[in-house]
Amino acid sequence: MKMAEQSEILRPPITEVGLLGWLKKNLFSTWYNALLTIFSVTLVYTVLRAVITWIVRDARWEVITTNISVFMIGRYPREEAWRVIASLGIVVLLAMATWFIRRVKDNPMQRWLVIGWLLSFPLIIILLRGFSQESSFLPLVSEDIWSGLLLTLVLAITGIVASFPLGVLLALGRRSQLPIIKVLCTTYIETIRGVPLISVLFMSQLMLPLFLPPEIRLGTVMRALTGMTLFSAAYTAENVRGGLAAIPIGQYEAARAVGLNEALVLGLIVLPQALRAVIPAIVGQFISLFKDTTLVVIVGLLDILGIAKAVTGQKEFIGLHKEVYAFAALIFFICCYTMSYTSRRLEQTLGVGER
Amino acid sequence: MIKRQKAVPFWLDERVLKILAQIAFLILVIAVGAWAISNYLDRDLTFTFSFLREEASFHMAEGLPFSPIDPYWYAFLVGVFNTIRVAVVAIIFATLLGLIAGVARISDNWLVNKIASVYIEVIRNTPLLVQLFFLYFAVILKLPQLKVKDEITAIALPGPTFLSNRGLATPWPRPSVSFSSWWPFFIVALIVAVVLWILRARGVQRIGRPSFNMLWVFIAFFAVPAIGWFVVPGDPLVLDVPAIEGLRVTGGTILSPEYVALTLGLVIYTGAFIAEVVRAGILAVPKGQTEAARAQGFTNGQVLRLIVLPQALRVIIPPLISQYLSLTKNSSLALGIGFLDLYAISSTMLNQSGRVVEVFLMIMASYLSMSLSISFIMNIVNRRIQIVER
Repeated sequence: MKMAEQSEILRPPITEVGLLGWLKKNLFSTWYNALLTIFSVTLVYTVLRAVITWIVRDARWEVITTNISVFMIGRYPREEAWRVIASLGIVVLLAMATWFIRRVKDNPMQRWLVIGWLLSFPLIIILLRGFSQESSFLPLVSEDIWSGLLLTLVLAITGIVASFPLGVLLALGRRSQLPIIKVLCTTYIETIRGVPLISVLFMSQLMLPLFLPPEIRLGTVMRALTGMTLFSAAYTAENVRGGLAAIPIGQYEAARAVGLNEALVLGLIVLPQALRAVIPAIVGQFISLFKDTTLVVIVGLLDILGIAKAVTGQKEFIGLHKEVYAFAALIFFICCYTMSYTSRRLEQTLGVGER
Repeated sequence: MIKRQKAVPFWLDERVLKILAQIAFLILVIAVGAWAISNYLDRDLTFTFSFLREEASFHMAEGLPFSPIDPYWYAFLVGVFNTIRVAVVAIIFATLLGLIAGVARISDNWLVNKIASVYIEVIRNTPLLVQLFFLYFAVILKLPQLKVKDEITAIALPGPTFLSNRGLATPWPRPSVSFSSWWPFFIVALIVAVVLWILRARGVQRIGRPSFNMLWVFIAFFAVPAIGWFVVPGDPLVLDVPAIEGLRVTGGTILSPEYVALTLGLVIYTGAFIAEVVRAGILAVPKGQTEAARAQGFTNGQVLRLIVLPQALRVIIPPLISQYLSLTKNSSLALGIGFLDLYAISSTMLNQSGRVVEVFLMIMASYLSMSLSISFIMNIVNRRIQIVER
């Protein structure tokens, strides 16, 4: 009987569980951690207080609210603005369709989904650009007056889409056993990767027209796009090369052994596996390309940062740099953070890139 | 009897086809190049670098002294110097910041951990140019003026250092008369340090016990010039202190607002990326390594210095190289905030002389050689710390 009395259950000490336990474990485990915590609390308090008072009291947000449509579509004609919204609608519909179809495994609809996404890109470009000046249905809105967030998105998406085939070819070229092709591709990739994007952009603005016959005239946006594509292709090539290197040599040998020729080995066996493995890297590259589109400001285009810069020059809102640039940064943060978060989640659930 | 195999016709022979494919590709590349160049020549443009000797005839007040009568090549050189000035300082501070933030990111302390992740996520997910615009237009240019109505309004920091919208004025050492007899001590110090390094390394091998090699070498390297300081008559370096006189700052050195904004922006931006590199490197060392070292009686410091760091560095150095490279390339964003770096000066040169192709070749060559030298130095470091496999 005495035994039973002794083995009465003791509650854990109050300092080890609950809120106090959490505090002790995570904030005050050692004396230097305690010092660090006290220092950090002061820091966070000072910074947050300053930022919140600014946001709530001092900042003049009317500069954003009056100009919100300018930030979004810039100089795109207001009576044609429905086309931008329609494009957005197409993307949202496709995204929702993807979400529903992917929930069922091995859904036969998946093929249609891919076709839908592939078709949506040219469709949206046609919708945004229109046909010709005279036509009453979808009159021409030249890409040179696209601006704001619209231009940022168009530049980034077109850049990544257009650079993809070029990048795959360059990667294959760099891994080729044919010396001339290998040397030329390697030189291209390494040169582009060795110079800043802005120099490539300037080159496409200033040098490209010099090397084209006078009949071909490209608008500033097209020239910027060419520059972004040429630049991005070198980085895509390196990502794809990583994917190609990850394919075991046995895959080549097995495919050759069952009688496929070189082209079929590449098209049916190697590339599908390699491209699947580089999806995370391509998403990362897209995010950095999306951020890099801001550099077109320096060559005089009005992407969202260009619009921000123009807005700070408005007479009634002079000197409101903080509000305007904080807003631009916020838009980029929301877009980039959502993308990187989603891709991280997708990688985990799909197991892409692990294999 | 074995039927003789029919010979493959040469246009189906794989070896011939490979050579033909390469020749075709080469011809294609050359044709496109020739077409482009012929279009260029059709515009009656020539290709010459002779403009480099002409007068630049523009003003700039950044870096080396420069006057409008100096030639273009010297202007370009000033630009290269300014880029290097930004890149070197930014690399050093970004590494420090990245190291601190990276270690904080894996700290046990919940609050420190969260502060570091907020910093890293916010900075990594916004474009550098937006950050630079914010820093320059919204922060640095909004700093108080140097003086308003005979009253000093600049922020005075200890040093004395003055922070205003004209930039940062800090004390700066200036060589005095006796400097020429002092600097040879540095060569002596270098020799002493190297000799000591070799001796200590041998000693360590003989005793087989770890010692603070680097520490001794550092002490030796700094002790010799310190002795020299007292041997040489008078102080070889005099600290020039800034002071506000009238409407300007005299003495010390003044870092322009553009320089401060660009360097600070690059440090904050690259620091966040380096933090992730550092975190990945430290997490890559298996926990068993630390535990095994502790079990063998290593102290905490020794575990970090001898077990974790050498292994983490192997993972850290290669991505760190590419961070340094992108920092150097990103310094070209100086153009956006008007800092006169290599790129900004080149674009002025380009507008004045109209020599587009020549100037671009110079820009590309400069950036490529900077990138190559950084990779060269870092690859040497990398080779030294990489594991030597049997």
